[in-house]
Amino acid sequence: MIRMKVNGKNQQFDGDPEMPLLWVLRDELDLKGTKFGCGMGLCGACTVHLNGKPIRACLTPVSAAANKSVTTIEGLSTDGTHPVQAAWQDLDVPQCGYCQAGQIMSACALLAKTPKPTDADIDAAMNGNLCRCGTYLRIRAAVHKAAEAMPAKPVKAANSGAASRRGGTK
Amino acid sequence: MKKNNINRRSFLQVTALAGGGFMLGLYPKATTVLAQGPPRQAPLVPMNFISIAPNGIVTLTSKNTEIGQNIYNTLPMLIAEELDVDWKAVKVVRADADNKYGGQFTGGSSATPGNWEPMRQVGAAGRQMLIAAAAQTWGVAEAECSTASGRVHHKASNRSLGYGELATKAASMPVPDLRSVKLKDPKDYKIIGTSTISVETKEILTGKPIFGIDVKVPGMLYAVMQRTPVLGGKAVSANLDVIKAMKGVKAAFIIEGRPLRSDYPNYLFEDAGFESGVAIVADSWWAAQSAREKLEVKWDAGKWGAQDSVENAKKAVELSKRTPMRTLRKDGDVEPVFNRADIKAVEANYTIPFIAHGTMEPQNCTAHFKDGKIELWMAGQIPQSGRTMVAQLLKLPESDVTVHNVRGGGGFGRRAYNDLMLDAAWISKTVGAPVKLLWSREDDMQHDYYRCGGFQFMKGAVDKDGKLVAWHDHFVGYGEGNAFAHDGGFQPNEFPALFVPNFHVQSSVMGLGLKTGALRAPYSNSTAWVIQSFIDELAHAAGKDPVQFRLELLAAPQITPAAPAGRGPGPQGLNAARMTGVLKLVAEKSGWGQRKLPKGTAQGVAFHFSHRGYFAEVAEVTVAANKKIKVNKVWVAADVGSHIINPSSAETQVQGAVIDGLSEMIQEITLKNGAVVQSNYHQHPWLKISQAPPQIEVHFLKTNNPPTGLGEPALPPILPAVCNAIFTATGERIRTMPMTKQGFSFA
Ligand code: FES
Ligand code: FES
Repeated sequence: MIRMKVNGKNQQFDGDPEMPLLWVLRDELDLKGTKFGCGMGLCGACTVHLNGKPIRACLTPVSAAANKSVTTIEGLSTDGTHPVQAAWQDLDVPQCGYCQAGQIMSACALLAKTPKPTDADIDAAMNGNLCRCGTYLRIRAAVHKAAEAMPAKPVKAANSGAASRRGGTK
Repeated sequence: MKKNNINRRSFLQVTALAGGGFMLGLYPKATTVLAQGPPRQAPLVPMNFISIAPNGIVTLTSKNTEIGQNIYNTLPMLIAEELDVDWKAVKVVRADADNKYGGQFTGGSSATPGNWEPMRQVGAAGRQMLIAAAAQTWGVAEAECSTASGRVHHKASNRSLGYGELATKAASMPVPDLRSVKLKDPKDYKIIGTSTISVETKEILTGKPIFGIDVKVPGMLYAVMQRTPVLGGKAVSANLDVIKAMKGVKAAFIIEGRPLRSDYPNYLFEDAGFESGVAIVADSWWAAQSAREKLEVKWDAGKWGAQDSVENAKKAVELSKRTPMRTLRKDGDVEPVFNRADIKAVEANYTIPFIAHGTMEPQNCTAHFKDGKIELWMAGQIPQSGRTMVAQLLKLPESDVTVHNVRGGGGFGRRAYNDLMLDAAWISKTVGAPVKLLWSREDDMQHDYYRCGGFQFMKGAVDKDGKLVAWHDHFVGYGEGNAFAHDGGFQPNEFPALFVPNFHVQSSVMGLGLKTGALRAPYSNSTAWVIQSFIDELAHAAGKDPVQFRLELLAAPQITPAAPAGRGPGPQGLNAARMTGVLKLVAEKSGWGQRKLPKGTAQGVAFHFSHRGYFAEVAEVTVAANKKIKVNKVWVAADVGSHIINPSSAETQVQGAVIDGLSEMIQEITLKNGAVVQSNYHQHPWLKISQAPPQIEVHFLKTNNPPTGLGEPALPPILPAVCNAIFTATGERIRTMPMTKQGFSFA
C-alpha cells in the first residue's frame, strides 16, 4: 500500500508499485490534468511536483511518491486564480492546450526557485517542456508576467519550504 | 413548431424550445434529416447554431473541431457579432459529428473563408427576429428599434427588452430570407477584430478533462494495439495465451484488418484502411501497455517488407536521368533557352523527407458498442467520414453510429484520418465493453499519414538582364502510373508558373508502401522551400538583390498558357499585386538591406501563396562556425483579407506556424525493412523554447478581400527564408532536408 498526499489530500494506492505516477494520477485518481505525451521524459507534458520539485510523472514509479506530497495542475487552484494560471489566461497562451499543464508546473517550480527569472533562466528551466503548437513566445512572456504578480521574495527565503509554497505546492 | 426559409444552398429554420425560448439554425439544403422524419434517438445536441432561453442565456453551437486553431471561438464570434450580444454573455457548446451541421471539415484553413458569410447571416437573422418580436410587443415599427448587448431598445419610448424575454415570441416570427438579412457596417464591429480569450482556456489552465484522452465512460476498459510495422502486413499468430494470463489483461486478439482499396488511394479521408495487428485490452492502460512488452507476434510483412529509404533515394537519382514519365505543365519551350549562349543556367537537386505529425496528444479514440449501436469519442478533423467508415465496417446504418467530437491536443492534418475510430470500434465490439484505445508515442510516430517525401531536380535560366526566362522541374515522387501517393504530388501551377515564359514541370514516380497525408499546409510546406530556395539561387546568379528579383518576377507580364498543357488556372489564383504588397511590407519592416549585420549573420526572404493567404517572411539568422544556427528574429507580413477576426489568436497561430516550420528543418522519417525507424521525440524533434526565435513580428496588411484562414499559409515561407539567410551568411545552400544532413542544427 502506497500512501501519498496529492494536492493536499491523503491518497492510497495498492496496485503495481512500478506503475508510473502519471497513470495513477490520471486513471486511478481521475486527475486528468496531467498529460501523457511521450512516456520517455522527452516532452514534459506529464510534469508534476514531488515535494515541490518538478518531475516527469511518466518516468516516476508511484512507489517513489510514497509518503511524499504531489502537486498537479488541479492543485494550483480550481478556478485558475493562481498567479501563473492567471498570467497564462491574460496572455492567451494555449493553442491546443495539451502541453500547458506541464508548462505551468515547470514555470511554478522555476518561480519558486528564481522569483525574477531572466529569459535565459526560463529557457534553461523550460527546455524539457515541448510545445508542439509553438506557443513559446507567450510562455516566456507569461512567466515574466507571473513573476511580477507574485509576492516579492521574503528576505531569507532561500530555503525550499518558502519557495515551494509560492510555487503552489501547498 | 418549425418554420423555415429556403435559399439556394442552405435554409434557416427556427424552432420554439419546450419551456420557452428559441433555436435558430442554418442547414445545408442537401440534408435529409427532415425528410427522414424524426430521428430514432433524440440528438444529444439540438440542431442549432443559436439558442436563447427565456432566462436570457445565449448558447452558440460551434461545429468545427478544435485542435488548437481556436476555431471554437472564431465561428461563434461571427454569430455573436451580428446577433449583437456581449461575448461574455455567450455560452459555446460543441456540435457532434453530424451531417446536419453541414461541412465539418477542419483543415485547409477553410473555416474562416467558408463561414465568414453564413455565420454572420445566422446571427443577423436571429437579431432581426428578436427585433420583430419586440416591435410587435410594443406596437411600433421595426425600423424604430435597435439592439445592443443582448437587448432590443425603442429609444423613442425609452423601452427595452432582453433577448431572453423576447425569445419565445421570436420563435413565431417569420424567418428572414438569408440573402436579404442586413449585416452590420464593419465600423460597428464590437467582437470581430477584438482579441477574445478562447472559451476553453480556463478549463485548459485548470486541468479539466476536455481532451479525447480524458474521456471516461462507466465500465470502460483500456486498449493498446500493436499494428503491423509494415503497411499491408499481417499478424499471423501471437503468444496470446501468455498475454491473457498477465495481470489486469481482459482480452488479447488478432485483428485481421482489411487492406486499403489501393496502394495509392488519393482520398484516404474516405478509406483510412483497417490495418492488421494485435489488440490487448486490460483494466488499466498501464496494464495493457506493460503486457505488450511480452507480446511476440509472427508477422507476414507482405510486399513492402524490404522497403528502404536509402534505396528509394538511389532510385530517384536513376529516375532523374531517364525521360520523365509525365508532363504536368508546359508553357513555351525550355530547351532552346538552355542552349542559348547569353543565359546563365543553374541546376540544383532538392531532397524532401517524409515527416510525421507528432501531435502532442497521441491518437486515441473511445468506443462503446452496445445493443447493436455504437458511440465514439474522438477529436476528428473530418468526423463525418469516420462515422461512415465505422458504419460500413460494423455493417450498421449510419444512424446507429454517434460520434462525439472532443477537443484534440493538436491536429495539423493527422486527425483528418479516422483510422483509430475503426480500430476502437472493432475492439469495443469484440470485447463487448466500452474501450479507450490510446496509442503510445511510438505507435503515433510509426503509424502516421506522413507528409510525403520527394525529389526535385531543378534547372533554371536568367538572361543577361537578370530576368528569369526558363524553369524546368523534374519532380520524382511516389505513386504509380498517373497516381501520386495521397497528398504527395506536385502542384504544377505553383508560382512562378505563368510568370516565366518557358516553364516545364514533369514528374516520375516510384512505388511506396507508407501511408501519406495532409500535414499543415500540404504540398506548400515542401514546395515553397524548393521553389523559394531555387528562386534565391537564380537571384544570386542574376546578381540581383533577392527582394528586388522577386518584385521584378511578380511584375513580369503573365503569359497565357498554351491550351491543353496548362492545367487549371494560374498559380492557384495568385494575385501578383497582393503578393507584391506583403513582400514590400516585410522588406520595410525588417529593414531589408538597410542594416549592416555582423559576419555570420544575414537575412533571408521568401514568400508563398497558399490557402488563399499571402505570406512573405524575412528571417535573420546567425550561423556559428560549428554550423549551429540561431534564428534571431522573424518578420511576417500577411494579407488574409479585410478583417482579422481575433487578433490575439491570429498572432499566435502565425508565430506557431513559424516555429513549426523551423522544426520541420530537423525532422525526418525513414524506412528500414519496410518499417519506420524513428519512434519518439528524440529521433524526430520539435524546437525547444531555447531554440525558438525570441521575436516573431507579425504584420497584417488589410486589403479589401474576404477574410481567409492563416493556420497553414503562414508556415511555408519560413523554411526557405531561413535557408536563404544561411546561404547569404555562409555561402552554403541547403538542398537536403533535414538540414542536419548538411551538418546544420539549431543552437
Ligand atoms: S510524457 Fe512524460 S515527459 Fe513526455
Ligand atoms: S499548446 Fe499545443 S502543444 Fe502546446
